[in-house]
Amino acid sequence: MLYGDCMGVPRFWRHISSRYNLIGTRCATCGEYYFPPRTMCPKCRRDGVIEDHRFSGHGEVITYTIIHAAAEGFDRETPYPLAIIQLDEGPRMTGQVVCDPDKIAIGMRVKPIFRRLGEDGAAGIIYYGTKFMPM
Amino acid sequence: MKIEWDMINMAREVAIIGIGCTSFGEFWDRSFRDIFVEAGVAAIEDAGVQGEEIDELFVGNMSAGRFIEQEHIASLIADYAGLASLHVPSTRVEAACASGGLAIRMGVLAIASGHADIVVVSGVEKMTDVSTQDATDMLTAAADREWEGATGATFPGLYAMIAKRHIHEYGTTREQLASVAVKNHHNATMNPKAQFHSEITVDAVLRSAMIADPLRMLDCSPITDGSAAVVLAPADLARKYTDTPIAIIASAQASDTIALHDRADITTLAATTAAASVAHKMAKTTPDDIDFVEVHDCFTIGEICAIEDLGFFPKGTGGKVTEEGITAIDGDLPVNPSGGLKGCGHPVGATGIKQAVEIVQQLRGEAGKRQVAGEIGMAHNVGGSGGTAVVHILSR
Ligand SMILES: [Zn+2]
Repeated sequence: MLYGDCMGVPRFWRHISSRYNLIGTRCATCGEYYFPPRTMCPKCRRDGVIEDHRFSGHGEVITYTIIHAAAEGFDRETPYPLAIIQLDEGPRMTGQVVCDPDKIAIGMRVKPIFRRLGEDGAAGIIYYGTKFMPM
Repeated sequence: MKIEWDMINMAREVAIIGIGCTSFGEFWDRSFRDIFVEAGVAAIEDAGVQGEEIDELFVGNMSAGRFIEQEHIASLIADYAGLASLHVPSTRVEAACASGGLAIRMGVLAIASGHADIVVVSGVEKMTDVSTQDATDMLTAAADREWEGATGATFPGLYAMIAKRHIHEYGTTREQLASVAVKNHHNATMNPKAQFHSEITVDAVLRSAMIADPLRMLDCSPITDGSAAVVLAPADLARKYTDTPIAIIASAQASDTIALHDRADITTLAATTAAASVAHKMAKTTPDDIDFVEVHDCFTIGEICAIEDLGFFPKGTGGKVTEEGITAIDGDLPVNPSGGLKGCGHPVGATGIKQAVEIVQQLRGEAGKRQVAGEIGMAHNVGGSGGTAVVHILSR
């Protein structure tokens, strides 16, 4: 069972602006940034005023792993580095880092790149999104 | 409203009066129905209750819908336990790998509230009807599918990122991680129900296949079929059924962000800390009062974080104390005398119930070669990478 089978096409496309362009949200009430986007500010809750924010995608590796036993749909890419990136605006996200697996390190500065993320073999649909590369 | 937990007394105290557990392993010849009936019947026989006395059923199960393409298992279980004609209320509880622990908490609340007297709580997972890669993908559903899974994260990958950060911040070593697996496999050799009965070495862990750096195959709990069950009763009725009721002196639950990346401290499972804090207030205990503990070692780093986050050891020292033998079965604080998820196996929905079964066996003095001394035991069950934690404290 591949990623696409359980996700369904609409569910992926709904988030396409976030995946392609790193569109997240910001709460105008408290100034906090959110990526992945949130429609409810955990700090202000119903007093929050949520607006869209486009992240630069520049950030730093907080922690990482090298995936050897891949998730389905990612088999062809192993071994691949996966990291938690702290974006310069503050929020953190999980993403692949495109680099030599021996070169990735905690504290490394990264920038975003647009890449193929995964593939749904059954429907033949290729998913694109944001990965990272060393700056 | 913020509840003052130390002011709370459960309306009625609750005890475990019966336990049952299947062997854990890969059972190609046995069905989902076969295994939950075996565990449930064993628990009911152990308690000496009649079917007519059962007021309510709860079942912990993560993903029967995907593992065996069967939903509505609460009805299935009541039916195949022979209780359909009695129309006993039956409810499935899901919190990923913490489903079992959470089901016990629901059973405790049903009795404490006065809605029920005799409650059977079971946990079951049949994971080997699908391929290992499919099972791995199903477990990834316990993480954030859209913002972790969709980027190529696996469940071992998330715990690997916790491990990398723990190594970076505290100098935890690869050998210390391995020592968790070595200890839990050793304990499992003394548990007849365990999936594995062979000793392993640190060297074998370090030579096993890389899964997600730094975690290797022998750092990971296995894919397992199994079921476990407990029978609960109000403490004041428990002695009618057994001479050795085990009191549930605390039942606590906490939640946290589903995605690992949203946690301020990657190496702390704050839900564990929160649930343990509430549990100690309910039981009027401190970590020093706990004689042994079953923790959620889905990966070796999971046990190291657990013994720190539960307050047994300072943050960053979990690897060191494990390597020194302090958490060994004959150490100061035996951790996972059953063999844990690593050695005993991890049928996800059953794991939280199996932890309680182990503590009851220990407190009754029925744990055979792996018997540890003590009056008070703790069970710690985690869902996902820490989005849910459930802590129970049990006392003789
Ligand atoms: Zn806000």
